[in-house]
Amino acid sequence: MAKAAARKTTPAASSSVERRPALAGRSTTAAAVKVEVLPPVERVSLRAPEASAAALSKALGVTLPKKPKTSASKGGRTALWLGPDEWLVIDEAGNDPLADCAGVAALHSAVGISHRNIAISVTGAGAAATINAGCPQDLSLDAFPVGAASRTILGKTEIVLLRTAADAFRVECWRSFSDYVFTFLSEGSRDAAV
Amino acid sequence: MSGASHRISGAGRFSQAKTARFSFDGQSYAGIEGDTLASALLANGVHLVGRSFKYHRPRGILSAGAEEPNALVEIRRDAARKTPNVRATVQELYDGLEAQSQNRWPSLSFDVGAVNDIASPMFSAGFYYKTFMWPKAAWKSLYEPKIRAAAGLGVSPDQPDPDHYSSRYAHCDVLVLGGGAAGIAAALAAAETGVRVILADEQAEFGGSLRFESGAKIDGQDGFAWAQAAVAKLTAMDNVRVLPRTTAFGYYAQNFVGLVERVSDHLKAPGHDLARERLWQVRAKRVVLASGAIERHMVFADNDRPGIMLAGAARTYLNHYGVAVGRNVGVYTANDSAYAAAIDLKKAGVNVAAIVDLRDNPTGPVIDEARALGIEVNFGRAVIRAGGKLRVSSMTVQPKNGGGERTIPVDAILMSAGWTPSVHLFSQSRGKVAFNDETKRFVPGTYAQDCVSVGACNGTDGLSATVDEAYAAGAKAARDAGAKTAKGTKPKVDASESWSRGMLGAAPGAGPDTTVKAFVDFQNDVTAKDIRQAVHEGMRSIEHVKRFTTNGMATDQGKTSNMHGLAIAAEMLGKPIPEVGLTTFRAPYTPVTFGAIVSHARGPLFDPTRKTAIHPWAEAQGAVFEDVGQWKRAWYFPKAGEDMHAAVDRECVAVRKTAGLFDASTLGKIEVVGPDAAKFMELLYTNPWEKLEPGRCRYGIMLREDGFIYDDGVVGRLAPDRFHVTTTTGGAPRVMNHMEDYLQTEFPHLNVWLTSITEQWAVIAVQGPKSRDIIAPLVEGIDMSDEALPHMSVREGKICGVPTRLFRMSFTGERGFEVNVPADYGQAVWEALWAEGQKHGAAAYGTEAMHVLRAEKGYIIVGQDTDGTVTPNDAGLDWAVGKKKTDFVGIRGMARPDLVAKGRKQLVGLKTKDPKVVLEEGAQIVEDPKQAIPMKMIGHVTSSYWSENCGRSIALALVAGGRDRIGETLYVPMPNGVIEVEVTGMVFFDETGGRLNG
Repeated sequence: MAKAAARKTTPAASSSVERRPALAGRSTTAAAVKVEVLPPVERVSLRAPEASAAALSKALGVTLPKKPKTSASKGGRTALWLGPDEWLVIDEAGNDPLADCAGVAALHSAVGISHRNIAISVTGAGAAATINAGCPQDLSLDAFPVGAASRTILGKTEIVLLRTAADAFRVECWRSFSDYVFTFLSEGSRDAAV
Repeated sequence: MSGASHRISGAGRFSQAKTARFSFDGQSYAGIEGDTLASALLANGVHLVGRSFKYHRPRGILSAGAEEPNALVEIRRDAARKTPNVRATVQELYDGLEAQSQNRWPSLSFDVGAVNDIASPMFSAGFYYKTFMWPKAAWKSLYEPKIRAAAGLGVSPDQPDPDHYSSRYAHCDVLVLGGGAAGIAAALAAAETGVRVILADEQAEFGGSLRFESGAKIDGQDGFAWAQAAVAKLTAMDNVRVLPRTTAFGYYAQNFVGLVERVSDHLKAPGHDLARERLWQVRAKRVVLASGAIERHMVFADNDRPGIMLAGAARTYLNHYGVAVGRNVGVYTANDSAYAAAIDLKKAGVNVAAIVDLRDNPTGPVIDEARALGIEVNFGRAVIRAGGKLRVSSMTVQPKNGGGERTIPVDAILMSAGWTPSVHLFSQSRGKVAFNDETKRFVPGTYAQDCVSVGACNGTDGLSATVDEAYAAGAKAARDAGAKTAKGTKPKVDASESWSRGMLGAAPGAGPDTTVKAFVDFQNDVTAKDIRQAVHEGMRSIEHVKRFTTNGMATDQGKTSNMHGLAIAAEMLGKPIPEVGLTTFRAPYTPVTFGAIVSHARGPLFDPTRKTAIHPWAEAQGAVFEDVGQWKRAWYFPKAGEDMHAAVDRECVAVRKTAGLFDASTLGKIEVVGPDAAKFMELLYTNPWEKLEPGRCRYGIMLREDGFIYDDGVVGRLAPDRFHVTTTTGGAPRVMNHMEDYLQTEFPHLNVWLTSITEQWAVIAVQGPKSRDIIAPLVEGIDMSDEALPHMSVREGKICGVPTRLFRMSFTGERGFEVNVPADYGQAVWEALWAEGQKHGAAAYGTEAMHVLRAEKGYIIVGQDTDGTVTPNDAGLDWAVGKKKTDFVGIRGMARPDLVAKGRKQLVGLKTKDPKVVLEEGAQIVEDPKQAIPMKMIGHVTSSYWSENCGRSIALALVAGGRDRIGETLYVPMPNGVIEVEVTGMVFFDETGGRLNG
């Protein structure tokens, strides 16, 4: 299935026009935190019943996690559990997870959303405090360990949060909310630093 | 150390502190670092700090904490930073602090408003409900504004707040509210198990009553020193967060507690990065309430004169701040605690004129000690009156059952009627209090949440019992929150003070037979007489008494007044106190600034501002933007010298003459994927989808269950199992929710999934006769011929080398395309198309031209031409409803009798008889303009524009039985005259639709 969208979404080499990611290169540094817009990556919104998870895991090369608030990562590809039948697949290695899913016969929906999201990294000793300025989740390492992932809120917007290290988070949001999210995190970082 | 007049050498805990200069009402004073504004004023002999709310009576400092009802001042940092109603007893002193008294004119010592005190019979309880009702008209114009101006407390700042405020969510296992001996003991016990603990206290320093209890010894140390050491230990633990200057103001569901931390109000020069206040929103597994008790005043005539204060407060000023509140003080009490204050003051060299004890024959060590120090002690006597006006000068004493009066000169009176457990937060947690008949106080009874009260707020007397109870409760809270091990040792209380009991209600001399002003609630200016009057006038419920008198209302929340008010009401009603009941404690415990509540959500963070990928180009071209929900959309692109009208006319003409480019990126887009995708579409839309071939598009209408139009949009079928659905810009999130809701609740058997792709794709509409010529040179892999790519079709291929979903569709009636490209390429592809467009004379057009062009063709906009009561038939869209379909959302609703009845409002066109006249959107339509007012309105204008392409005005309207009226003349009455209109069809331009392929 999903043949129509099976092509690689970004054949960068052949395009004659420039890619202009939102907020490209923006960053801010406070005493205990750095907030930084991350470079573009490939993303897929993957929906599938449990029965298809094995086939999709095999095709993607990463085992789709089945537990709430978890993620799995392998070879630059991360699958974040967002719901009982929903994953956000992020590929930072320059490969195309949409193409990998296209060959899977098992029931699923794979939709390319590489350009829908912007990723912002929040790193440093005050990273959790920065995010907690607007996110009500418990970000202690016990409740939200490295690798934990959640679709949640920051202030008035939806974000997807992934803990990449004890003091590092990846915050994903929709493109047009990125200015708000970046500004919010910048303000939060000022407060987390003091 | 400053040489202030009332600072006692060797007393207090700040003897080595640096001097801090400050001003009050323009007068300069010296205080010391560590002072509150209140202690610094008292150190300088200043008691008079404000005027009361209603009667403008001179008022002094009553307390040494957050319960302060009188000493509310304005703190100024600069022209924009003026904070009213700051409690002087909580505001920490910093060098250069400027404070102003409130509610007085022209000055604090001479206040014209004090005439209210003389005229007080007019301002008795409930006065604003009755006194000023006649004549009725005068209420709005005269009484209400005057009373409001006179009665307000403090002045709102008149400039934008330059400070910033922050917020923080936090989770913990055990949240301890209150940092006195009980709170610290509980926090220690919990923290030693390793669970996450937050300990908060409203004061700058932890210790609570240990600030003044000179007799307390714990673990071999002075009580206050023990508290500091314990808090230092807690602060150093990784699992503990210690929050001084932090008030828990609200206790909400599921152990969610709101706290405000005063981050920089105590600093001379707060750094730019420092928030003024930080809002903490804490979710705790267990909450330990250690909020202490608040001392009550004695209710007697003129008990509000400056210099009359709570005994515990006077003791705090002495033992903590090293300040004597007077040189010749009197004491009026109904319990033991005031003796300790008298003893400490006497030992510090202050003359204690007399202790007046309402009790008949109390005994105990403090009484013996007072006598041993040579203090005159009087039992069974009452202070029936205070002398002095701007400062108390005497107390008049009388045996409580009557007899000879004796007036004793004093410069301060310390009073104590006993201590009220502070059950505010417990009550906010929806716990039910229980009355202890023996001790005459309300204590926590039935709990509603996972919390526990310890110490004075639980009615526990004595330091030893308090520490035992709190330590055990802290350990249990930790265990309940999941702690496994405990390895601490309980603090050992070596010496403590203990007192309980006291009295409630009015003291002798302020009984029902008197008219004296014996204040129950200082902040709201409520006297014992007012409470009695409320009962006299028929108030039976304490909630009614509260509202009628305002006792315990507003920011004060009855901290000192509730129990006295209740006792007086109960006495009048002849009922026991628990039968009269307690009023509800409301959040916030103390006032919370708007800044803290708003925190980050101001300026650019007030609400997200969404911009498309092409926004920077439009901005550079000088586009004027309009707000569409959270989106900024290019409204029109004025050239030099053009107004909006000229720009829109030019854009509209260009589209029909050559071509126009339009940023349609904000349109909602949903990818519907799965083997049952078509089945799902059949159920959600009125149209048939099963037979739509991949590569073709259809205009779809979505209804609600009630049969009314909910949304519309063009849908392309990319593959048998994949649809690209578009929605209106404003409808995108709710349409997604609507679809997801039905999928999950009504049609869970369908194998289909929905993914929002609104932001994945930037959308560039290229519309007009030259549109294909503009696009074709940039496209690869798509046959652009009319045969291969007819109107209402979609192809995937490449444009400018990047992937595209290319739709052949039109919202203008011209040959048209919508070029979808991944958002990051949006601006670059737009620029490439723009460059091509320039060769043909194309224009960029904005949302206004888009509206005009679609209206020329009679294409509706959901939400403008529909209002949630319009059916497909009403909108002339019957053709879009699948006649053979047996089910879709709204199919039954659409068949309701009212929705198929004759005479429904139908969407039609209107042409003004004078083509130059443009109707107003929303204008009402009538059949006969000569009928009497109110006229019968038969419809209204939904869309109206000047159409340069038609050379006239055009309008759409919802008109009763509209389609049967085509050709009729109707009327639009307006303030400047009646406009004559002709009812027409909805298409004003290119009625045959030939231009779609033109």
